[in-house]
Amino acid sequence: MRPKARAIPRQTPGCPLGPVHRRVDASVCPPVFALLRNLFFSRCEKCELGAPQILVSGSGSGTILAIVLPWKAIVHIPDGFLSTPVWATMDVAAAPAVGYIVRRAQRGFDDSRVPLLGVMGAFVFAAQMINFPVGIGTTSHLVGGALLAYTLGPAAASVVMSAIIAIQALVFQDGGILAMGANLINMALVGVLAGYLPFYLWGGGRWRKLAIFSGGALSLMASAVLALAELLVSGVPMPSSVLGVSLALFAVSALLEGAITLAVIEALETIQPGFVRKPETGRSFVLGAIGLAAVLLAAVGVLVASTAPDGIEKLGLQTGIALHVRSLVTTPLTGYQAAFFQAGWLRKASAGLAGLALIYAACLLIGRAVARKRSV
Amino acid sequence: MPHPLPPGPRPPAPGPRPLSRPLIEVRGLRFCYEDGTRALNGVDFRLERGETVALLGANGSGKTTFVLHLNGLLAGQGSVEICGLPVNRQNIPEIRRKIGLVFQDSESQLFMPTVLEDVAFGPLNSGMSREHAVERALAALETVGMSAAAARAPYHLSAGEKKRVAIAGILAMDPEILVLDEPTTSLDPPGQGALAELLVRLPQPKILATHDVPFARALCDRAVFFQGGVIAAEGPVEDIVIRFGWELALERSKLRR
Amino acid sequence: MHRRDPRAKIAALMVFLVVLATAHRALPAFGLALVLLLSAALIWARLPLFSALARAAIVLPFSLVFAAVCWLSGDPARGFSLLLKSYLSALAVLLVVSTTPFPALLRGLEMSGAPRFLLMVAQFLYRYLFVISEEAQHMSKAAASRGATVGSFVAGRSKGRSARFRAAAGALAVLFARSYGRAEDIHRSMLARGFLGRFQPFGALRFRATDAVFTLFASLAPVLLRAAVERAM
Repeated sequence: MRPKARAIPRQTPGCPLGPVHRRVDASVCPPVFALLRNLFFSRCEKCELGAPQILVSGSGSGTILAIVLPWKAIVHIPDGFLSTPVWATMDVAAAPAVGYIVRRAQRGFDDSRVPLLGVMGAFVFAAQMINFPVGIGTTSHLVGGALLAYTLGPAAASVVMSAIIAIQALVFQDGGILAMGANLINMALVGVLAGYLPFYLWGGGRWRKLAIFSGGALSLMASAVLALAELLVSGVPMPSSVLGVSLALFAVSALLEGAITLAVIEALETIQPGFVRKPETGRSFVLGAIGLAAVLLAAVGVLVASTAPDGIEKLGLQTGIALHVRSLVTTPLTGYQAAFFQAGWLRKASAGLAGLALIYAACLLIGRAVARKRSV
Repeated sequence: MPHPLPPGPRPPAPGPRPLSRPLIEVRGLRFCYEDGTRALNGVDFRLERGETVALLGANGSGKTTFVLHLNGLLAGQGSVEICGLPVNRQNIPEIRRKIGLVFQDSESQLFMPTVLEDVAFGPLNSGMSREHAVERALAALETVGMSAAAARAPYHLSAGEKKRVAIAGILAMDPEILVLDEPTTSLDPPGQGALAELLVRLPQPKILATHDVPFARALCDRAVFFQGGVIAAEGPVEDIVIRFGWELALERSKLRR
Repeated sequence: MHRRDPRAKIAALMVFLVVLATAHRALPAFGLALVLLLSAALIWARLPLFSALARAAIVLPFSLVFAAVCWLSGDPARGFSLLLKSYLSALAVLLVVSTTPFPALLRGLEMSGAPRFLLMVAQFLYRYLFVISEEAQHMSKAAASRGATVGSFVAGRSKGRSARFRAAAGALAVLFARSYGRAEDIHRSMLARGFLGRFQPFGALRFRATDAVFTLFASLAPVLLRAAVERAM
């Protein structure tokens, strides 16, 4: 059934949609200092398409935009920031990965879990509106990947985060469409995995609290570092001062995420212990530490490789790859938009992607090794 | 305090079937929640053709738990038979078509993006073709008077409208019995009146679990009173209300300070 | 434009975005041309033009920061490119989303090959997004009115702050539990209406000739504009 088309006698400012409607009560608006994408959305009462709109302030004129603190928002990369090789490769890489994780979450092609995952996704959205006081007049909010992983399991958490990213990009224009592959990999795949890993390894024993805290922190840190790496590989200039500040801010946000996640998990356990999963005890501490170190090294490696293209020259293997790929790609496309395929671009891109491949491989190996240990 | 009644009459001996078999027959239903709370402690209940029965009782007395047993969402000990079919794994799909359960929270009941899609959910699940399901859905919406809202999103509807759409969603499945759990929750008095008028027009026998005494009085032939997980008494609505003091008659001067 | 098949709009959107993303030359002119193109589409779709343009500007503050960094690093062209591309992308997406009901958009994505399970999760997410957000806002207000005063905030007593931190975490946990309970209620209503494990497909989209024509013109427009602008430079 389609909405009936009708003439538009009057348009209410703020709603990008045509049909006549009333604006919803402004008092349900969350406070101003929340991040931009948590701000000022409301539903049109009568509007059938029901798109969220910018709520105009009480005075009725103009749109109030808060100052966006870039370090949290950076993780949703908009279109136009990533270079074509980067976003294209990320999209190509994300498609089968998301398909795989969706199949895993479905576990036998049953749709029964859909309402739970959908509602929990809505919870994460809503949870991002609750502000945690962190001193010096600022607040922070939960991103949620780790929390979802600890309560729903990593595959389901990835699916929920994917749905969240898709809705943020489409409905709120928070995050690009072409860049969605990168955002999905950063947040829904690597972020959730990195967050779950400490919990999986150490969540069963007496290091549980630390595992939860570090999982929360790691999920944010991994997503942020990957996003930063992708931006750097794309050639977005970032002088080392800016880079340093960004990393420091990410570290702070990561610690906060860890703290918030831990606090919420503890509160949840008082309400109903069944919510939070209990991983098995007795995992090998050493194996886990090695695995985690491998992931961290790979992530840092990506970052370093992207900022120091000269260092790549020293890595013979990567140069070899770069040359091969360049010859493969440019031959059929010679003469068409040759500007794209300068050697420097491709070398950086392949370096970054080799780093990513390292991370994937590391995670796979860890997973397999731990599983093997469990079955022994 | 009135004590629980002795167990009801024994089921009829096999032989020629009685002319009117009860639509719902519950015998000795017992149920315990996972955390150990004993919610139902031996409930016997019958619903005959054409009746409208009110389930009265305090919060936590077992009304909602009982209602969830009628279409197999919960399974306890004892026997529950719907139109002669015992509630077990094989019969559940058929039973869920026969019993139309309207939950207390309409927001959780209308979970599809548009009204029409939600009302058509039931028919589609019973294997009907899309066209047939939409036809049924539109007819049901017509019955409850919400045809104009077919393309709208449930979020935008008022509480009364949501309740009517929820009822339409059940009607579209052509149920034999309607069961409504606290239908007047969050409805304002005009909404309650409109709901009562709608329910009176529907021919199916109904079970209404409710706190709303005037509502029960207007619609129901008889009432049963839940207390401590059993049915403490049954009879005409007025008798039950008087016996258990179940009506609130507030007078400011009489309130104790 | 509201009535066009979502797949047509999605296809046109993808072409637009790719043409935009791969453009490197003559950006100011091309950008202006695209803004005009999108504005024309907005007008044709009878959407309020200035509100839409303003709404797409949501993405600007973030881009501005990076543009400033670019400018200060001596690459203003890239900074401008960042601003332009992010804005145009947001505007294009806004156009498509404002002319397509969300369920129809999801169905279009499903028929274009996206995994159904994921789209159903997104559908439920969207359905309950505002419901749970309102619950969260009520809880926020209740918590705020119960003790987060500006006084204790300014004084910065760590005890007060940690208590409020814990209170916020508690509020989140309660919201989690409520949402989980709601999901169970939803599942129960699904079962009560005969749900057997799979959602049945509801609306089939029909791709008509008008949709094909639309896709053709809407896809060609940015391509032709870019060719024209780059030839003129």
